[in-house]
Amino acid sequence: MRIVLLGATSSIATAAARIWAAKGAAFHLVAKDPTELEAVAADLVARGGSVSGTRVFDFTDSAQHDTAMREAFAGPIPTDIVLVAHGWLPPASEEGGTPEAVRNCVDINFTSAASLLTHAAAHMERQGHGRIAVISSVAGDRGRASNYVYGSAKAGLTAFADGLRGRMLKANVSVTLLKPGYVDTPMTSAHKKGLLFISPARAGALIVRAIERRKDVAYVPWFWWWIMLVIRMIPESIFKKLKL
Amino acid sequence: MKDNLQSWGGVPAEPQVAKEITWRHLPLPETEGRFVLPRGLGRSYGDTCLNTGHLLLSTAAMDRFILLDEAKGTVRCEAGMSLDVLLQTIVPRGWFLPVLPGTRFVTVGGALAHDIHGKNHHRHGTFGCHVTKFELLRSDGSRLVCSSEENAGFFRATIGGMGLTGLVTWVEFRLLRITSSLIESEVTKFRSLDEFFQINADANRTWDYTVAWVDFTSGGANLGRGHYIAGRHAQTGPLEIHKPTKLSLPVSLPDWVLGSTSVKAFNTLYYHRQRPPVMQRSLPYAPFFFPLDALNHWNRMYGKRGFFQYQCVLPSGDDTRPAREIVRRIVQSGQGSFLAVIKTFGDVPSPGLLSFPRAGLTIALDFPNRGASTLQLFDELDAIVAGEGGCVYPAKDARMSPAHFQSFFPQWEEFSRWIDPGFSSSFWRRVTGSRKPQSSQS
Repeated sequence: MRIVLLGATSSIATAAARIWAAKGAAFHLVAKDPTELEAVAADLVARGGSVSGTRVFDFTDSAQHDTAMREAFAGPIPTDIVLVAHGWLPPASEEGGTPEAVRNCVDINFTSAASLLTHAAAHMERQGHGRIAVISSVAGDRGRASNYVYGSAKAGLTAFADGLRGRMLKANVSVTLLKPGYVDTPMTSAHKKGLLFISPARAGALIVRAIERRKDVAYVPWFWWWIMLVIRMIPESIFKKLKL
Repeated sequence: MKDNLQSWGGVPAEPQVAKEITWRHLPLPETEGRFVLPRGLGRSYGDTCLNTGHLLLSTAAMDRFILLDEAKGTVRCEAGMSLDVLLQTIVPRGWFLPVLPGTRFVTVGGALAHDIHGKNHHRHGTFGCHVTKFELLRSDGSRLVCSSEENAGFFRATIGGMGLTGLVTWVEFRLLRITSSLIESEVTKFRSLDEFFQINADANRTWDYTVAWVDFTSGGANLGRGHYIAGRHAQTGPLEIHKPTKLSLPVSLPDWVLGSTSVKAFNTLYYHRQRPPVMQRSLPYAPFFFPLDALNHWNRMYGKRGFFQYQCVLPSGDDTRPAREIVRRIVQSGQGSFLAVIKTFGDVPSPGLLSFPRAGLTIALDFPNRGASTLQLFDELDAIVAGEGGCVYPAKDARMSPAHFQSFFPQWEEFSRWIDPGFSSSFWRRVTGSRKPQSSQS
């Protein structure tokens, strides 16, 4: 099994990769921090995986997308899974504060992901098989005053993946869209932990299962489907007044 | 940010604040003038994992392997790595941990910080005996690689040093070769402590793992009865990892559930569960080493008031009277619970300056928290232990007096020279009185 991981050092991506590593997967790892990437690679090797290649780059540097993705898909062994897991949750105080912060958030969470997915889709199409997985968020299901910038970028990513799924159907490539709720990761370290939080290990296990089953959309865990159903059903006249 | 963190025993119940450590290469987080204390999975029973009014550094997310070197038979991993995950990774490859405590839900950092022991102490000593090196991150930003040759003073102080000498970022230690994940075990019933000592003398020569369960609720003719449990790694069989824990106790049970009548009834049933005097069987390692891990949150059995564990060691000697006296006092008090074990430690020296294990008989059991009467009993037991030159295990403690701690561990002042000036714990402040940690020497 050959797997390309974008945003390999995110807690959720690492948790999923650990499960694949135990089954002997070969990884191509891409992340923005070299020290973190090295630590994750060594961990996966000790757990039974192998790392055939790594690349460090800033995901918002679109000039590097083509090279990075060519490299990720190079070699004679076809790629079974591409997991796009990079993302950035701005601190609540910065969110929507300045146009620059908004652009930055959309660049990382939507623009770079959509661009990299387009590269990946082309490679997968040529292969004629494989699985694409994208980590979006329940935040993309409805814009909320507390994190609508992040939410709108993820909403864009959700729509992008939904459309890509239809296009890739003919190429025999599945596109699994993952929508985690609250996961206890460094990204949410400033949040108070409640009952709805799950561990990265559990999120990873659910993601691996959803990709294995070629699910189209998976809420992580399932109960977020119900929560978001309720959230989406609240009339806007009331919703805009809620402190969510 | 994490809150509502407690110790495993739930005593003392004091609010805690923690920051998460995720990457080993980063500096320590901003502490705003507070003392910090590393914390793994919080399985210490008392306040060695608490830092009330100050800051905990949660290491559970710093849980990566660095190198599994099968040629040398060593592993190097981050301090937040749990023994649970380690076993899942190494058992299929024919390796095992050299020392295992009664639960696999502890971190490597915690195992080092308490220099933990297991059922094979008489053969292999403590966890620290198998540690080859580790990295210590101090509050001044320095990083020290410590081994018995390099920074040997910090090596000795950090093993068993309860997290006070700095943050351990990674640990390297030796693994044990196995050819099967099964354990061959033999359980022998004994009717008295005398019988225990007879069985134990032979068993420690022939078995890798030995421990005994003792009924601490029956007196008179049944005083000191129990089951002697011995085990060794099977030579042949599969290399299978343990199954994940499925059962969980979702809420605290009301206090009467573990009242003295029900506990006494349980102990009597448990003693008679095995009919023949000796029974041999082969079983997976998890039920042998971690019977309590079959139920997540089993500590909730003891209700909202929580519980204590009392563990002491009485130095070796042919005189078994002190041990008998302790058992008699506990039985008389009617407070002991059903989770009671005894074992003899061997004479492999513990490498840590403040390590608990030493040659002799160790007794460990749980006590539901009944307030003053429970604390009174512990003080009486402490006095017996102190009189015999023994000591009480800090990892299990939430109440020993400063005077007793300082007599159990007279080397505490020497140890305090190695404490990081930015580190402290609720336990340390309690047992050293009002003294603040002194500055370290390097």
